Amino acid sequence: MSDAVSELRDVEVTVNGTVRRERVEPRLTLADFLRHTLGLTGTHVGCEHGVCGCCTVRLDGAAVRSCILFAVQAHGRRIETVEGLADGESLHPLQEAFSDHGALQCGFCTPGFLMTAIEFLDRYPDPDEEAVRDALSGSLCRCTGYQSIVAAVLDAARRLRQGG
Amino acid sequence: MTNLRPGLIGARVQRLEDPRLLAGRGCYVDDLRRTGALHVAFCRSDESHARILRIDTSEAARAPGVAAVVTAADLEGACRPLRATSRMPSYQATELPVLAGDKVRYAGEPVAAVLAESRYLAEDAAERVAIDYEPLPAATDPEAALAPDAPRLHEDLASNVIVDREFARGDAEAALAGAAVRVSGCFRMGRKTPAAIENRGYLAEYDEGRRRLTLHSCTQVPGIVRDALAELLDLPGHRLRVVAPDVGGGFGAKVSLYREEVLVSILARRLGRPVKWTSDRREDLMSTTQAFDEVVRAELGVDEDGAILGLRAEIVGDVGAYSVYPWTAAVEPVQVASFLSGPYRVPDYRGRVRAAATPKPPTGAYRGVGRPPAVFAMERLLDMAARRLGMDPRDIRRRNLVRDGEFPYRAPSGLVWDRAAFTGCLERACETIGYDELREMQAAARAEGRRIGIGLASYAELTGVGSRIAVAPGMPINTGTESAAIRIDSTGAVTATFGVSSQGQGIETTLAQVVAEELGARLEDVEIVHGDSAALSHGTGTYASRSAIQAGGAAIVCARSLREKVIEAASHLLESAPADIEVTGGAVSVAGTDRRMSFRELARAVYTEMGRLPREVRERVDLEATGVYDPFWGTTSPATHAALVEVDPETFEVEVLRYVVAEDCGRVINPLIADGQVHGGVAQGIGAALFEEMVHDPSGQLLTASFVDYVVPSAAEIPSMEVEHLETSAENNVGGFRGIGEGGTIGAPAAVANAIADALGVEIEELPATPERLFRLIGPGRRAAGARMETGPGGRGRGNRFTANQTNSGGRSESGSGPTRQSK
Repeated sequence: MSDAVSELRDVEVTVNGTVRRERVEPRLTLADFLRHTLGLTGTHVGCEHGVCGCCTVRLDGAAVRSCILFAVQAHGRRIETVEGLADGESLHPLQEAFSDHGALQCGFCTPGFLMTAIEFLDRYPDPDEEAVRDALSGSLCRCTGYQSIVAAVLDAARRLRQGG
Repeated sequence: MTNLRPGLIGARVQRLEDPRLLAGRGCYVDDLRRTGALHVAFCRSDESHARILRIDTSEAARAPGVAAVVTAADLEGACRPLRATSRMPSYQATELPVLAGDKVRYAGEPVAAVLAESRYLAEDAAERVAIDYEPLPAATDPEAALAPDAPRLHEDLASNVIVDREFARGDAEAALAGAAVRVSGCFRMGRKTPAAIENRGYLAEYDEGRRRLTLHSCTQVPGIVRDALAELLDLPGHRLRVVAPDVGGGFGAKVSLYREEVLVSILARRLGRPVKWTSDRREDLMSTTQAFDEVVRAELGVDEDGAILGLRAEIVGDVGAYSVYPWTAAVEPVQVASFLSGPYRVPDYRGRVRAAATPKPPTGAYRGVGRPPAVFAMERLLDMAARRLGMDPRDIRRRNLVRDGEFPYRAPSGLVWDRAAFTGCLERACETIGYDELREMQAAARAEGRRIGIGLASYAELTGVGSRIAVAPGMPINTGTESAAIRIDSTGAVTATFGVSSQGQGIETTLAQVVAEELGARLEDVEIVHGDSAALSHGTGTYASRSAIQAGGAAIVCARSLREKVIEAASHLLESAPADIEVTGGAVSVAGTDRRMSFRELARAVYTEMGRLPREVRERVDLEATGVYDPFWGTTSPATHAALVEVDPETFEVEVLRYVVAEDCGRVINPLIADGQVHGGVAQGIGAALFEEMVHDPSGQLLTASFVDYVVPSAAEIPSMEVEHLETSAENNVGGFRGIGEGGTIGAPAAVANAIADALGVEIEELPATPERLFRLIGPGRRAAGARMETGPGGRGRGNRFTANQTNSGGRSESGSGPTRQSK
C-alpha cells in the first residue's frame, strides 16, 4: 500500500446538522464512513457499485450514492441521512406516507428510497406517477413491487404541499 | 387504526415494524459493532472445476492488520462433515466443505479466508493469497453432465446425477397417442438469483467464560442453523444461540445453511474474538443459492374439446455443484415434476426428473421453488393447445380446472388439493381485467399494427406444509410444525415468542394481530419476539409460505390456552363464574357489570399481591402458555394471473400494461401486508420473465456478476397491479389461513410469457423474453412485416419513461444474452 493511500486525512462534515471531524483513509467510502466511523447505520449498502440506491444520502442537498464516493470528497460539505428525517419520535410526512401505504417490507432499501424521494419532492413538489417512477428507477426494492412506494411518494407530495 | 375490536384479524393495520425501519433505527447484521472484531475476506475460486495444487498464504499473513489466514487444511477436524441427507431413492448426497480442499467445483467457491482488523485490510491481504489451479474438464451443460462418461464433479459419487425420480399415474403414452391434439415444447426459465437487497452477512462471537457461541445471521431459519451447528460443532443448544435480527429480504436465498456461517462460528470460537463477514454484491451473485434452472421437455395431449388427456415430461435440473443443507439439490427439480400438472384434472401423467451436478453455484430455494418453471411449462402448453384448437385460453382453463365438487382432488404426483377457489380465481381475474373487452380492444389494436397480448396463468401451490408431508423427503429436520410461547409478565405486558423469523413479511404485525384478537389484548400491548433460537425449544423459521399458517396457528392455540388462565384468575379476583368473564381490549371484566381489571392490575394481583388468589390457583395460573401447531397436510393456495402486454415491433421491448391477480389465501390477516406480498412476488416474476438471467459461459464463468448485468427490475418496469383476494375458508387449519408469500412469483412468468406469445403469434419457450430472444424468435420475414405494420412513432404512449439515464436499456450485454442496465 502506498503512502498516498494510507496517509490519513482530516474530514470535517456536517451530518444532520452536527459537525463531525474524523481522520480517515482516503479510500474510505462515504457509506462506510457514515456507517462504521460515525455509527449512522441507517444508511445501507446493497451493491457497492452504485446501482441499487440503498446508500443514497444528500450531499449539499443533492441525492448521491455514498458507496461510490469517498469520505474525503465530502470534506467541508453538508450531509443528510435517513436518521435526520424524523423530528424526534415524530416521523416526517414522507415516512408516514410510507407506513400508511405499506411502502416498506424488509426496510433495507427504504432509507435510499426516502432520501431519493425527499430530494425529488423538493425539486418537483407536484409530480405525476410517471415522473415518480422515473425518479425512483435508480433504486431497487425487491419486496414491494414499487406500487406502494409510488403511491406513498405521491401521497407525501400532497401532504407536503398542504403543509405536512 | 389500532385497537380495533372485534376483528383485529383482517384489519388493515399499519405495520408495527415501520417506525424503527423508517427512522433508520433497524438493526441488520452488518449494523452490529463489536470491539475487537475480525473481518473476513474470502479468496474465491476463479476456476469452475479445478484441482488446487498449491495455496501460498505467507505473504497475506504478513500483511498489515491480518490476524489469520485460513484454508481447508487449517479446518481439519474443526467440525463434522456437512451433508444434506435424504431418504429419497436414487439421491446422492454431496459433502459441502467449509472451504474447498483438493478441488474447486464452481467459480466463486471459497478457498481461503483472511481475517483482519478491518474489511479493507482483509481484502488487501486476500489479494496476496496465491492459489495455483490445474483446470479440469467440466460439463457445464446439464444434459451433457448426465452422460455416463461426462467429467465427474464429485469423485465419490457414481455419476453427476444427484437424483433421478419419476412420478406417474395411468398411461401417459397411451393417452397422448389417443389425443386429438398434441403440443410440446422445451421450456427453460434461465437461472435466477433471489437478489435480496441485503447481502448475506454473519457475526459470530464466543463468550470464553461461559463457553457460549452466538451467531448473528441474516438467515431465514435460525432454528435450523442452530440445530445444524450444534451437530457440526458438537455444542448443546444452551451454549449455541442463533439470532436473526432485522433481515433485508430473503426469498429463499437465506433459507439454507451456508459455509460462511459455519466458518465464522468455528473461527470465533477458535480465536476468542468476534468474527464478522459481510458479503459484497459480486460475492452474493456468485455464492448465494440460485434457482429455476431446469430444462423441461413436456408434451400435452387434449381431446377435440380441449380436455386434458395426458401429460408427460422429461425434466433436467441444473442444480450446480453441491446439495444445499438441509433442502438438498433435489428440492427444486423434484417440485417441477410433482407440481407440473397444476390445478387441472390430468388423468394420465408421467414426469421424470433428473438433477445434474454442474460446476456452477449451488441452487436452492427461491420464491416458488419449482412451481415457477412448472407453471411456465404447463400454462404455455395449455395456450399452445388452445391455439391449435382455435379455442380461447380462458375456455381451455375453464374446461380443465378442478371444479368445486371435485375436492379433495388428488393430483397425479400424489399431491392433494383441498377445496379452494380454483375456478373462482380464473373468473375473478378475467372479470377484473375486463377480459372480453380486452379481446375486442386487442383486435382493434392489431388492426393498427400494435402488438398487444393477453396472458393468463392459473396455478395451485401447497402452503403451510404440515408434518405428514414434510417428512416425505426424509430430511433430518422437521418443517411441519411451529411453536409459540405467550406470557403476560408482572407489568401486564404481553410477549409472544415464535420460532419463525421475518425478512420483511411483517410478521411482528400479523402475529400481534392474531395474538391480540385471540387473547383479548390491545395490539400495542403485544410484543412479538422472533428470530432467536434461544427463545424457544424448537422452531425452524420462515419459508415456503408457512408463517401465517404454522406460526399463526401456534399463536391461536397458545393464546387460547393463555386466555383460559386469564379467565380463571379473573373469575377468582372478580368473584364471578368463568363463563361470565370477558377478556377484551387488554382487560378482564364481568359481563353486564362495571367490574373490570386491566391486564396490569390482573398481573399485579397474580404475581405480586400475595393473598389475592388462593395458593393453589397462584401455582396453577402463571399467565404463561406454550403451544405447538401442526397443519398436518398443508393448505392449497390457488390463483389466476392476467397480464396485458405490448411488444414494441421495432425494439422488441415488452411493456406490461396491466396486471391482475385473483388469489385465494383464505382468511386475510392484514390486507396491507397481503397485497404487498402479491405485489412483490409479481415483480420478481416479471423480472424472471423479462430481465433476470444468471449467464454462465461454457467454461462455467459467471458473466452477470453485477447489478448492471443481472437486471433486477425498477419502478419504471413494474406496472401497478390489481389484486383480488377470494377468501375461501380453509377448514383444514385452525386460523383458516392459506399461504401467500410465494404465489406472485409462481404465476407471473407464465402469464407474461403467454401474453407475449399472444401478442406476437409465436411460442415462447425460453425466458427471460429479452428483446434479443424475441428478435431471433420472430424471424426476419415477420420482422419486416412488423415494421410495416407499425403506424409511427409514439405509438406506445410512454416513450419518455425510458429516456432517463438510470433505467434499463433493454439492450444486450456483449458477453451474454441478458439485458443490461446503463450506468447510473
